[in-house]
Amino acid sequence: MALYLTEDQEMLRDSAEGFVREKAPVAHMRKLRDGDDKTGYDPALWKDFAEMGFSSILMSEDDGGLGLGHVEAGVVLEEVGKNLTPSPLLSTGIAAVAALKEGGAHHREKWFPKIAAGDAVAALAIDETAKHDPAMTRMSAERSGNGFKLSGRKQFVVHGHVADLLIVAARTGGSAGETDGITLFAVEKGAAKMSADARRLTDASLASVVEFDGVEVDADAVIGEVDQGWGPLSAMLAAGRAGASAEMLGVGQGAADISYTYLKERTQFGVPIGSFQALQHRAAHLYAELEVARAAVLKAQQLLDEQPDGTKAYRAVHVAKAMTGWTTTLAVQEGVQFHAGVGMTDEYDIGLYMKRGRVLSELFGDANYHANLLARESGY
Amino acid sequence: MADLETFRAETRAWLEDNCPPEMREPVRGDEDQCWGGRKFTFQSEAQKVWLERMAEKGWTAPMWPSEYGGGGLSAGEAKVLQQEMSRINARPPLSSFGIWMLGPALLKFGTEAQKKEHLPPIVRGEIRWCQGYSEPGAGSDLAGLQTKAVDKGDHFIINGQKVWTSYADKADWIFCLVRTDPDAPKHKGISFVLFDMDQPGVEARPIKLISGSSPFCETYFSDARAEKKNLVYEQNKGWDVAKYLLGHEREMISGMGLGGGGKGQTLPEVALAAIGEEDDGRLRDPLMRAEIAMFEVRAAAYRAQAERFADEWKAGKANPAQPSMMKYYGTELNKRRNELVMAAGGTDALEWESEESNGGKKARDWLRSKGNSIEGGTSEVQLNIISKRILELPAA
Repeated sequence: MALYLTEDQEMLRDSAEGFVREKAPVAHMRKLRDGDDKTGYDPALWKDFAEMGFSSILMSEDDGGLGLGHVEAGVVLEEVGKNLTPSPLLSTGIAAVAALKEGGAHHREKWFPKIAAGDAVAALAIDETAKHDPAMTRMSAERSGNGFKLSGRKQFVVHGHVADLLIVAARTGGSAGETDGITLFAVEKGAAKMSADARRLTDASLASVVEFDGVEVDADAVIGEVDQGWGPLSAMLAAGRAGASAEMLGVGQGAADISYTYLKERTQFGVPIGSFQALQHRAAHLYAELEVARAAVLKAQQLLDEQPDGTKAYRAVHVAKAMTGWTTTLAVQEGVQFHAGVGMTDEYDIGLYMKRGRVLSELFGDANYHANLLARESGY
Repeated sequence: MADLETFRAETRAWLEDNCPPEMREPVRGDEDQCWGGRKFTFQSEAQKVWLERMAEKGWTAPMWPSEYGGGGLSAGEAKVLQQEMSRINARPPLSSFGIWMLGPALLKFGTEAQKKEHLPPIVRGEIRWCQGYSEPGAGSDLAGLQTKAVDKGDHFIINGQKVWTSYADKADWIFCLVRTDPDAPKHKGISFVLFDMDQPGVEARPIKLISGSSPFCETYFSDARAEKKNLVYEQNKGWDVAKYLLGHEREMISGMGLGGGGKGQTLPEVALAAIGEEDDGRLRDPLMRAEIAMFEVRAAAYRAQAERFADEWKAGKANPAQPSMMKYYGTELNKRRNELVMAAGGTDALEWESEESNGGKKARDWLRSKGNSIEGGTSEVQLNIISKRILELPAA
C-alpha cells in the first residue's frame, strides 16, 4: 500500500476539513471556555459528529458503523486538532470503541448504537499518577459475589465527570509493573461509591480525578477476560495513541500554518519579517519536522489497519506518539516566538495551540515514555 | 493487486535462483560496491554475474523503459522488487551516477538518439559517469560557474576547472555544466554537455579528505572537446536540466546511510558492545541510552517519510521542492547518527587502521558524514529552497 492518502481518504479529509472549520473553529472553543462551560464539549456538536459518521468510524458496518480504519479516524482527528475543537471523539469514538470491539458482543450491542448516535460519551480511567504508565496499575478489583469490587483512584480521566461509560483498568492479580493480572471493566455512569472531581486543565478542557470506593460491578462488566485485560487495553491505547498523534499533528500543523501566514503579514524595518533568513530557516526546519512526523503518523495508522494487534504496528505507534510530541512542541514554541509580543496575548490563537499541544503530549504517554518503551523492546 | 502478487511470486523465485549467496552478505564498505565502467575491476565472479543477470532483465534501472534497456516496471512493481531484494538482503547490483542522475535527466530532456546511445550502456554498467558541477568559485552559488565552452559548429571546446567531482578519476564520461554565453544573465548562459573523459584535455586529481579517502577530484579542462550531438536540451538552457537533476541528487543523498539496509551494526548494538548492560538488559549509560532512544525514534520516523516521499514522488504527488526537505533532514540525521556511533563506541571507535576497527571504519564514516550536509547543496541552501518554494516566504 502506498504511504499517502487514497482518493477516498482525501475526500473524507476535504469533507471533515470543511465541516469542522465551519461548525467548530477556534472561536467555538473560545466560546465554551469564556462561557465557563462545565460539560467539556458541546453535546449538539457531538450529535453532528455522529451524523457525519465520525463517532462510528471504527465500528464495522455490521455493528452499524462506517467500517473504516485508523487512517480515516486520524484524518478526522487532525481537523479536530487544527481547530482545537473540544470533542469526545478521541476517547469515545476511537479509543473506547477499539477496546469494546475486542471485549465481547454484549458490550458492542449495548454501547455501539448509543455512541454511533452521539448519545453516549466514554472516558478512560487508566492513569493513577501524574505520568502515564499503565503497567504500573495498582487499583484493585476484588472478587465479590457474582462480580468485582473496585477500589482506587484514577486521574486525568478526560470527560470522566459526564461520561456514560468509564473504561477502567484495575488489578485482579499480579502486582504493579506486571501486565498479567490487569482486567478492563466497563463501569456505567452513576455507579454507587464512585465520584468524579472535574479539574480545569491549562487548555480549558476538563479532566477528572475519579475515586472508586468499593464500586460493585457484575462479572459481565469485564471487557475481554479476567486477568487478561492487557490485550484489549493495548488495543485501546494503540488506537488512542495513534489518534492522539493525529490530533496533535493537527495542532502542530495548525500552529505552523497560522505562523507562516503571520511571517508574511507582519512587517518590521519596512519589510515582512518572513523575508529574514533567521526566521526562514527556522520555519523551513519546522516544515521538515512536520513532514517527518506526518509520515510517522500515517505509517502507524496503516499498520494498525493491516495488523491491529501486531508488534510492528505497536512499535510504529510508539514512534508516532513520540515524534508528534516533539514536533508539536517545536511548532507551538516557534509559533509563539514568530508571533513575538502578540503571541503572549490571549487574543491571538497561537498560545491556545501551545496549551492544547501540552495536554495532548501527556495523553497516553509522553515522548520519553514511548521512546523508552521502544528502546526496551529493541533490547537496550 | 492480483497482478502485483503474481509479480511478487515470480520475482521472489527469480531472485532465489539468480542472486549469488555472496551478494546477500551486508555491504562492508565502498570496496563491496559495484560501480561498473571501463576501468572497473570486479571484486568477485559473484559480483560480475549478479550485475549481468540483473542488467539482462533491466533491473539495474527497474523503472526505465525497456526500449532503453530498463526494466519497464510500474511504480508498484518496482516497490515489490525493492522489497523482495531487501527480504533476502540482496546487494544493489550496480551503484551508478548514470542511473541515479544522468539517466533521469536524459529521459526527460534528451533526444531519442541520445537516449539510445547513452542509456543502455548505463543499465549494463559499461560506462561510468561523473558529474561536473561545482567549481572553486561556484559552490552554493552554482549558477556562477565559469568553465567556458566555445561553440565550434559541430563541437564545443572547453576550458576551466571543476571541483568536488565525485570519482572523476574512475569515470569514463562526464555530464558537465559549462558557460556557453558569458554575456547572458548567469542562469541563462549555461549548457549541459556530455563528453568522454579519456582525452588529452582532461585531467582529474583526487583530493584527500579528512576521512583519509579521496572520492572527490579537481578536474581540469584544457581544450577538451564535446560533440554537439551530446548537448542535452537547448544551448543556454542547461540550468533547467541542472535543477531537475539536483532534485535527483538530493533524493539520492537523502536516502544514504540510515538504518538497516544490511549496513552492519545498529547504533544500539555498537553501544551495547562498548558500554555493556545492566542486569535487566538496559544500556549501562542511562544518558547515552536516552540519546540513542530519541535518535532511533527520529530515524524510524524518517524511514517512514522516505517511503512516503518515494511513493508520492512516483505518483507525481510530491511537491517539486520536496527533495530539498529530504536531503536536509536525511543528511542532518546521518551526521547525528555518526556522532552517536563515535560517542557510543568510545576509544575503540578512535582507531584509524587496525583490523579490529575494520580500517577505522567508524571514525572514517563519521568524518565522511560531515560532507553530507555540504555536497549537493548545503543544508542552508535547502532551507532557503524550502522557505521560498514550499512555504512561499517573501524574498529578502
